[in-house]
Amino acid sequence: MHKARNNPLNKAAMHGVLILYTLIALFPVFVILINSFKARKAIFREPLALPSADSFSLIGYQTVLKQGDFFLYFQNSLIVTVASLFFVLLFGAMAAFAVSEYRFKGNTMIGLYLALGIMIPIRIGTVAILEMMVETGLVNSLWALILVYTAQGLPLAVFILTEFMQQVSDDLKNAGRIDGLSEYTIFFRLVLPLVRPAMATVAVFNMIPIWNDLWFPLILAPSEATKTLTLGSQVFIGQFVTDWNAVLSALSMAILPALVLYVIFSRQLIRGITSGAVK
Amino acid sequence: MTALTLDHVNKSFGPVHVLKDINLTVEEGEFVVFVGPSGCGKSTLLRIIAGLEDTTSGEVMIGGQVVTQTPPAKRGIAMVFQSYALYPHLSVRDNMTLALKQEKQPKDVIDARVAEAARMLNLGDYLDRRPSELSGGQRQRVAIGRAIVRQPKLFLFDEPLSNLDAALRMNTRLEIANLHRSLKGAMIYVTHDQTEAMTLADKIVVLRDGRVEQVGSPIELYNDPDNQFVAGFLGAPAMNFLPAARIGGAEGLTAGIRPEHLVPQAEGPLGGRVLHVESLGGDTNVIIDAGLDEPLTQRMFGHHEVHAGEEIRLGFDPAKVLYFDDAGNRVR
Repeated sequence: MHKARNNPLNKAAMHGVLILYTLIALFPVFVILINSFKARKAIFREPLALPSADSFSLIGYQTVLKQGDFFLYFQNSLIVTVASLFFVLLFGAMAAFAVSEYRFKGNTMIGLYLALGIMIPIRIGTVAILEMMVETGLVNSLWALILVYTAQGLPLAVFILTEFMQQVSDDLKNAGRIDGLSEYTIFFRLVLPLVRPAMATVAVFNMIPIWNDLWFPLILAPSEATKTLTLGSQVFIGQFVTDWNAVLSALSMAILPALVLYVIFSRQLIRGITSGAVK
Repeated sequence: MTALTLDHVNKSFGPVHVLKDINLTVEEGEFVVFVGPSGCGKSTLLRIIAGLEDTTSGEVMIGGQVVTQTPPAKRGIAMVFQSYALYPHLSVRDNMTLALKQEKQPKDVIDARVAEAARMLNLGDYLDRRPSELSGGQRQRVAIGRAIVRQPKLFLFDEPLSNLDAALRMNTRLEIANLHRSLKGAMIYVTHDQTEAMTLADKIVVLRDGRVEQVGSPIELYNDPDNQFVAGFLGAPAMNFLPAARIGGAEGLTAGIRPEHLVPQAEGPLGGRVLHVESLGGDTNVIIDAGLDEPLTQRMFGHHEVHAGEEIRLGFDPAKVLYFDDAGNRVR
């Protein structure tokens, strides 16, 4: 194995594959970015060309910033994503702690029940969710989205965090108990810092789908005041005419916050993925 | 006053009955070692005393008070764990003071106790470091320091030395013995290492399958075991067991002879071919195939020129042979 890892040919092949994959993955993003800076005609004439002095145009960005309350959409998306992640992590970690730490009747059953949600897409329940939101008067509020996304993220969060919490040394928790720490202090002060990489993993897995989601904003919160970025961008896509400049500019801007959040979590994430393997 | 009383303590995990009717008293200032093979319930027993596990039935009394339902922090105990269990995000000082702060002790008391513990354990230079910056031995000293500052009625040690290397283990063992002399608190110490048990204990409790096999001073247990298990468990190399008939004893009994009680003797009743010789410098252990189910071990003091393949005859002092019946009980 050692020999294979040092073989320059293998190394080149490995990097080749990775670079190829990176290019494929980044290509659509790249196309969106360059075309967002081009005039409408240039987009259609040469979609893959870089913006030149001739074709350069900020018309898309101007349209986006003028039409519709773009900053409000932006803010809505950010609030929904961050709040949902917060609740997913908080409740997920708490449930995982309970399932992994305490012996009680039905412990395994509850763990399995909580994990069941991984297999059942939450969108199947859209009609029931909508009815519930109407009953409780939460339609057209950001809370509707936050609650749904929290529910959607919890199963995976509980599942992953339970595994990690089981690895936290029992002695450490017991030392805390003997020193008179409450169960909450043990959870927040001793256990959470130790499973931080796992929390980051869960956060990243949940963040992108929430940020990109169109389905629930469209159904549960389509009002002007609660539109998210993805939904807000849809005004530029019409049945007959689509303002591609505006769509591409809106999408380009939508990438940014997700990128920032990702960078924040990714340092932890790398440790999260490797922590079991390397020790 | 008694430091600890266990009264008919039972513990089951579901259908598994791990501790069976344990009765035990630990006197003030006594050093008691729980010893037994893995899975005998010694750690579970310690955790019940600490309050980290509930008893299924029976009572635990610490310092004369019933604490069966009392949470660990209020039992007046302190515990040292095998894995040190230091708080990774706190400095050595904060690790030691956390419990005192939880008890709302005044600051000058906390400072005085930390200073005293740091002096006893030579931790003065490390108080502001994080546990990750310390060596294994230092970490274990911090863990012991964390127990000392609480001035508990009862110290609990859960295999505190098993993560240390051999040299450090010996040093720390001495340190714990010294601590016990100067602190005069009652200590309960769990180990599977019989050297630790023999050297540290005032009283050894031998456990097997959740039962107390025998309680007594180390030498009592070594010289006068109640049953074959205790005889075989204490002592390294372990006691030789052979059919008593082989050495002229009653039919059906098992004879036990300590390796050091076997001596080379030209016309000795036992003997055979030497399988292997372990020269330890101070001791020489000779393993002999004497035509029994198990090879015999003979232990001689000092260095002896014995080689594998040689024939050897062994004798022993009949007064030092112990006899056990079928059930493993001692026949006196």
